[in-house]
Amino acid sequence: MSKVVLKLGDDISTDIIYPGRFMATVLPSETPQFAFADYQEFNARVKNKQIPAGSVIVAGKNFGCGSSREQAASCLKGPEFMIVARDFARIFLQNSINLGLNTIICPGIEANEGDELEISGNQVINRTSGKSFDIVPLPKARQAIIDAGGLISFTRQLVLQGKK
Amino acid sequence: MGMTMVEKILAQATGQTAVKVGDVVEPRVDLAMSHENGALVINQFMEIYKDTGLEAKVWDPSRIAIIFDHRVPAESSKTATNQKKIRDFVAKQGIRKFHDIRGDEGGICHQILPENGYVRPGYVVVGTDSHTTSHGALGAFSFGIGATEMASVWALGGVLNVEVPGTIKVVVNGEFPPFVGPKDLILYLIGLISAEGANFKVIEFHGSTIENMSTSGRLVICNMTVEAGATSGIVPPDEETLQYLHKEAGVRGKIKTFGPDADANYDRTIEIDVSKLAPQIACPHTVDNVKSIEEVEGKKVHQIVIGSCTNGRLDDIEIASRLLAGKKVSRNVRMLVFPASGRIYRQALKKGYVAKLMAAGAVVMNSGCGPCLGVHQGALAEGDVALATTNRNFKGRMGNPNAEVFLCSPAVAAASALTGVITDPRKGG
Repeated sequence: MSKVVLKLGDDISTDIIYPGRFMATVLPSETPQFAFADYQEFNARVKNKQIPAGSVIVAGKNFGCGSSREQAASCLKGPEFMIVARDFARIFLQNSINLGLNTIICPGIEANEGDELEISGNQVINRTSGKSFDIVPLPKARQAIIDAGGLISFTRQLVLQGKK
Repeated sequence: MGMTMVEKILAQATGQTAVKVGDVVEPRVDLAMSHENGALVINQFMEIYKDTGLEAKVWDPSRIAIIFDHRVPAESSKTATNQKKIRDFVAKQGIRKFHDIRGDEGGICHQILPENGYVRPGYVVVGTDSHTTSHGALGAFSFGIGATEMASVWALGGVLNVEVPGTIKVVVNGEFPPFVGPKDLILYLIGLISAEGANFKVIEFHGSTIENMSTSGRLVICNMTVEAGATSGIVPPDEETLQYLHKEAGVRGKIKTFGPDADANYDRTIEIDVSKLAPQIACPHTVDNVKSIEEVEGKKVHQIVIGSCTNGRLDDIEIASRLLAGKKVSRNVRMLVFPASGRIYRQALKKGYVAKLMAAGAVVMNSGCGPCLGVHQGALAEGDVALATTNRNFKGRMGNPNAEVFLCSPAVAAASALTGVITDPRKGG
């Protein structure tokens, strides 16, 4: 079971997730300190490691729209958030899959901060409200990358096989 | 069944006679572009080779381009260190399409690629920048990817597991009214289909308005297709494309043009008549919050920005200088102009545009992304309103979450600079 720690609306851009002014910071080990930097209270909880791994961010449509900046995915991967959104913008979704950030596409999701969610098969079950919502599978083209644990290790396997 | 532009390009890039929507393909890459975020690509690239015993060599240095534009000159020692790391890598790997901070060959990546002939019709282009969609203006399939994806491209020379995207056909007809142009068209389209109306799709442009549009204008509309979520925008290459590549970009030899098949299958078709289109404004804080200028004129602004990969080209600077010639920028606004490349800057100097803009009170800055991404060169105060020809107005975009950004054409930006409020250029005196 995972608790919803942040609830967001539609069209949350990469400028909100990881503001451009912090883009000179690139290392995945350093980006989480700037996650949602302009949401000061939430950012402080991330920075002070007060949020347990596996906690959920719930969002509306088009989560991660805007820039291709990978920091927007790596800053959420560090603290091991799970992102449940109605849908995701393309580049953000691919970056998340490449880095192994847990993204769940759930068009009907209804949840509030504090709710407990459970992923069961192809459904998100909101244990607080008792309702369940269907999950849309991630693009099938990317399954091999997910199975390999991310694009770095997947590409490494190919390079070692001499596919280069 | 016939093929769309992108289906044809992906068939060719995978050595197949045909592909269709939903097929999973691994196209070879003709050009792979990065900017300062190349520093992260280098990290991830090295990570791929870690403990493999293999030497980390890029697949083909001639197909990699790196352009410094996001933070030029460096705004911090951290950025300077990232840039230094990239310089060292470029030298070691033998990457020649490298554009450092220079007045002769530097500029914004989405201007440097076209003006140097790095992109050709039919190419597969990837870039670690969401506005890589721009290069569809030359008939390429060109899309943004993340840094780790690029590291994989540097290693393998292809993009893994690409799902062939569906295509939305946009047919544009009619002649633009005075002071209305490509920027107004693309803002109107984004407002029409929403910020995710083309998510995971390609937008293919057709119609007499597109046929009569310059490459500069086509770069504007393809650039902003990503603001509707599109994987890419694309214009079928034609005589204009050839003229641009041969004359402006100095490309020699024969260039093949092609178009979609007549019986290609589209997800949907949208028809737009621009003959009565008014100047369009994208209001805070989403790019699809688009209004006709009548609804927002009179709004007080504090900073005007003309520039970016969307609207920093010679025709954009020309119209601004024409509207400002012999007049004065309002004392209540700062007006910043960023020519998109050193080449454009020098052309604007030669034609006298820079002198006219400066005499009116504008500041003409060095080529680069400027304040568009909120790092430097024009930060906003609390409560400030910016009116910009850039491409994004997200909360916090120009560096201050308590400021507002409105997006518009160069004509609207220039007319508004004179008055200090959002002003319809069609009513100018």
